[in-house]
Amino acid sequence: MTDAPESSLDPVLRQWHDMGGLPAGPVDPAEHDYALWEKRVDALMVLTTGKGLFTVDGLRRVLEDMGEESFAAMTYYERWIHAVNRNLIEAGAYTTEELARKLAEVRARGEDYGACSLDRGDG
Amino acid sequence: MPHDHPHEHLSPSGHPYRPDQDGPLTAAQALEIAVRELLIEKGVLTAREIADAIARMDARSPAAGARVVARAWTDPAFKARLLADASAAAREMGCDIDALRLIAVENDETTHNVVVCTLCSCYPRNLLGLPPDWYKQRAYRSRVVAEPRKVLAEFGLELPAHVRIRVHDSTADMRYFVLPARPAGTEGWDEERLAALVTRDCMIGVAVPQAPK
Repeated sequence: MTDAPESSLDPVLRQWHDMGGLPAGPVDPAEHDYALWEKRVDALMVLTTGKGLFTVDGLRRVLEDMGEESFAAMTYYERWIHAVNRNLIEAGAYTTEELARKLAEVRARGEDYGACSLDRGDG
Repeated sequence: MPHDHPHEHLSPSGHPYRPDQDGPLTAAQALEIAVRELLIEKGVLTAREIADAIARMDARSPAAGARVVARAWTDPAFKARLLADASAAAREMGCDIDALRLIAVENDETTHNVVVCTLCSCYPRNLLGLPPDWYKQRAYRSRVVAEPRKVLAEFGLELPAHVRIRVHDSTADMRYFVLPARPAGTEGWDEERLAALVTRDCMIGVAVPQAPK
């Protein structure tokens, strides 16, 4: 194969997430409190792996496959929910058709998170 | 401040939320809602389990780690147990450690320890709560293993040249935390007073407890 990406075949080239020791800019000390939806993503990961639907290695596989562009463009829990979702579909927790229907239903409820999340009082 | 759903936007510690919290529903937020509702509808999870998991997460804070450090400073036998098996020692103090393998690394006059996860974001979350943003970002992960002294200086920690810096790269299976050196001038202090000196950053290793004035 000559048209495959070099990075997946070269035995010595490091993968993008293996960033220890590489040059980078100054540390940005800014911090934010986690929003409810971010905490819920974390809880979904903890609970579904705790029930054996997938493992932390499955989470990391998807995060790493999402690539450096996603690392740059998305926030931490944005990447996590995509990785959790991918693993849950693979585990058979629900189908892509069910997910598509549910996403359309969620989006039809309103404009922002508060309007679209039905049980906002439980967190 | 947002106004539509104030109970969702209150900040427990005063840090700003990301600006997008008040804006239009994002793709990731929609996905979170959809995944959560599907799991509940399928009977995989209950809303109560999710709320309880968030409550457990919120209850974890660096205060737990600080109590462990203060105990180690005042009880040599506990300190020996902590350095031998930090998970078991933290459980002794009632910390909710689950199956996490915790490893305490001790600072002394000639060695300073600092913790990172270069590959992702592994962190002793059961002992310290969720990690700060910078712990998960490229600059810290890339540079602290290559130029730790310079990175620590950016955090305001200037170490004497004779102090050796050891950087510990965490994995999903091994979570390091730093046991800082007890500051001089704290002789006779009780555990509670000592614990107040121990911040999250001291246990990551980007700060040291400040001696009393």
